[in-house]
Amino acid sequence: MLETGLILRALARNKIGALLIAFQIALTMTIMVNAIFMIQDRQQQMQRESGLDEANTFYLTNTVFGQDYNIQAHLQTDLHMIRNTPGVVDAIQINAVPLSGSGWSMALQHESGEDKDAVGSAIYMVDDHAINSMGLELIAGANFKPADIELRKEGQSTWPAKTIITKAFAENLYPDDWQSAIGKTVYISQTQPMQIIGVVEALQAPWNGWNGVERSMLVPFKREAKGSYYFIRTEAGRRDELMPIIEKALAESDKERIIRRVTTIEETRKRSYQQHNATNKILTTVVITLTLITGFGIVGLAIFSINRRTKQIGTRRALGATKGQIMRYFMMENFIISTFGNIIGCIGAVALNMWLVSAFNLSPIGFELVAFGVLALFIVGQLAVLYPARKASMIAPAIATRTV
Amino acid sequence: MFSYYLRLAWISILRHWGLSLLMVCAIGLGIGTAMTTVTVNYLMSANPIPEKSQQLYYVQLDSWDINDPFDDGLNPPDQLTYTDSSNLMRAKQAFRQNVQAQAFGVIEPADPEMLPLIVNGRANTADFFSMFNVPFIYGSGWSNQSDESKEFVVVLSKETNDKLFGGKDSVGESIKLEGNMFRIVGVIDTWQPKPRFYDITTGAFNDSEDIFVPFHLIADEKISRSGNTNCWKPTGDGFKAFLASECIWTQFWVELKTQQDKEDYLQFLNAYVEEQKQFGRFQRPIDNRLSNVMQWLETQEVVADDAQMMMAMSFMFLIVCLLNTVGLLLAKFLGKAPEIGLRQALGASKSTLFSQYIIESACIGILGGILGLILAYLGLKGVEGLYGDYMKGLASLDTNMAILAVVLALVSTILAGLYPTWRACNIQPAQQLKSQ
Repeated sequence: MLETGLILRALARNKIGALLIAFQIALTMTIMVNAIFMIQDRQQQMQRESGLDEANTFYLTNTVFGQDYNIQAHLQTDLHMIRNTPGVVDAIQINAVPLSGSGWSMALQHESGEDKDAVGSAIYMVDDHAINSMGLELIAGANFKPADIELRKEGQSTWPAKTIITKAFAENLYPDDWQSAIGKTVYISQTQPMQIIGVVEALQAPWNGWNGVERSMLVPFKREAKGSYYFIRTEAGRRDELMPIIEKALAESDKERIIRRVTTIEETRKRSYQQHNATNKILTTVVITLTLITGFGIVGLAIFSINRRTKQIGTRRALGATKGQIMRYFMMENFIISTFGNIIGCIGAVALNMWLVSAFNLSPIGFELVAFGVLALFIVGQLAVLYPARKASMIAPAIATRTV
Repeated sequence: MFSYYLRLAWISILRHWGLSLLMVCAIGLGIGTAMTTVTVNYLMSANPIPEKSQQLYYVQLDSWDINDPFDDGLNPPDQLTYTDSSNLMRAKQAFRQNVQAQAFGVIEPADPEMLPLIVNGRANTADFFSMFNVPFIYGSGWSNQSDESKEFVVVLSKETNDKLFGGKDSVGESIKLEGNMFRIVGVIDTWQPKPRFYDITTGAFNDSEDIFVPFHLIADEKISRSGNTNCWKPTGDGFKAFLASECIWTQFWVELKTQQDKEDYLQFLNAYVEEQKQFGRFQRPIDNRLSNVMQWLETQEVVADDAQMMMAMSFMFLIVCLLNTVGLLLAKFLGKAPEIGLRQALGASKSTLFSQYIIESACIGILGGILGLILAYLGLKGVEGLYGDYMKGLASLDTNMAILAVVLALVSTILAGLYPTWRACNIQPAQQLKSQ
């Protein structure tokens, strides 16, 4: 462009205003890119599949306080009653709920003995109805048989002989071929053998912030515990109608226990990611306001510089410059300032990201995001300068002949 | 003169209302955002017990696996085994000591009409109440004597007392908890330390407990424990084996009055670990730690990463807003070049002009600060709404913060105004007058 040199020389004589805008653009870019990156990171975490039939499942806690209470017999009648309620697909007793934040974890190892490498996994103690109740997809091997289910006493330290694990866990244990996990023996509690009999597609651990959240295992236990969960799956669309019915039936069946916290998995998911959601909303607001502020700043300064140069613009017009040329001058000027700001902004964005990576264990940002930031700020700059530039192009050539 | 400058500033703000509004909004947004995040951080990192946070120490001993250290060897385990905390308790080497764990139970009200009540509890020893300055409405905590003679005593929170006894003095009465009768010895007044420093492992911003019971009841299986349990070694069958295991689930606090006491106690801990090494325990190098309240909150990273990142970002946001203000003030003041030239020609000194424009910047700063305060208030309401329980009681604006907001707005706007003012004062009157 012919004007580029002209604009640069004009800017050099009047650096401060341009520098202020450039720095604003740079900082906006720095914050915007990193904020969007943080938003995306959370969004990805929130989109991971839990593996459950989330829309049609709910759970409740059953807390026994009666003395001399036959937990085993009641568990049997409770499950029988729930499973036979019309509209219920299946139900189980379970020790923890995915995404709920509290649960049980153990480590598995390939070889028996102390000092061996072990991989941590969430433990779900369930019976042979688990796959059906949770809506899991069994992709290899077989389900538990009723005969596999053992009774677990409070404080018991031995584990059953079989387990079903998630695909992610199988991939971790057998990186070459996860399907080879079927039939293999692994060791729990350092020395107790367990045979992997099945693999399910997905089932998340209770802790969404854990890096092993995709690693879970089902163990065939019914628990003789004073506190446990009942996990229930209903026919599509009937969950909300069945929740109060089952709560009432259980609460009224005997008075030596408390039925509480009847909760849907959808609600649990919402609560689990509440902080993520909140942070994302705040970051989004920050990015939008920031862009608006920078935009308005550009408008303000452009109007000012045009007001100061009214006479020069009139003179240029009188000497034959077209409206388009005047507009182009100011848009070009903004483009040059934006370029400068964006270059600093890229450095700033990467620097801030490096700090975030080292201080908070985030992963590094991708090139596309920085490119997006650059593009977005060029567009914002051009849009912001559009109105002042149009105003400048409307200045009448006759103004050159007048003294202000 | 001051009031005259104020009037001039006001006239000027009104004349260029568009630019002024833009600046006030920019400062207001910047201050509002910064104050929202600062407040959240400030309340998260507040000292929950300022009067004695220097004398209360959390005890950590490294009892972990020699092959696979806790926390990759960075920090010793965050809780103690039952064996260790019982031994330390028995040794009584500190001015005060408390062993505790989280517990829960069901209260069956005497009135058969009332439904049974599940309560969150804390199992602790007698010194808990005096160590942590727990306020009582009725009665007091139990005595060391009660711990030793294994009495069934209980302290209720105000809410629990309201629920069970309609708020009246219930000291001396009994409640049925987990099937056993417990004598009420005290009722605590409203007490919600934020952060809940005495137990961070189960959530630093959780509510305090509904009931407090003697720790020995857990070992006797009269009350169920909850909270976090971490084991590195397999345990045997049954509860006795669990108590004797290397699982960590108890928390141990001591109160030590002087620095010397602290050093002595650390010596004692080291000697204790040396002794335990002879039984084949504590195979890792000695790494015993005593952290006072604020150190402990820091090690446990009570201030969430999110909050810190947001604070960093909000300060950058504030800088953008200030750069914006610098630019706009520059535009505004230089736009008045003819007026400045005229005033200088008529004898106004540079310092007069300087004070006039600084006062104008200050006025914009104060307006921005007030707007910022309103926005911070709305921001905190929003944060509370978005984060729910997690932020309960953590998102409120106190006087300190309000003053800080206005001062921050004022100072930053004056700083932002310095360069534009300086430029305005250096306008050559001759040049301006010539062009008129």
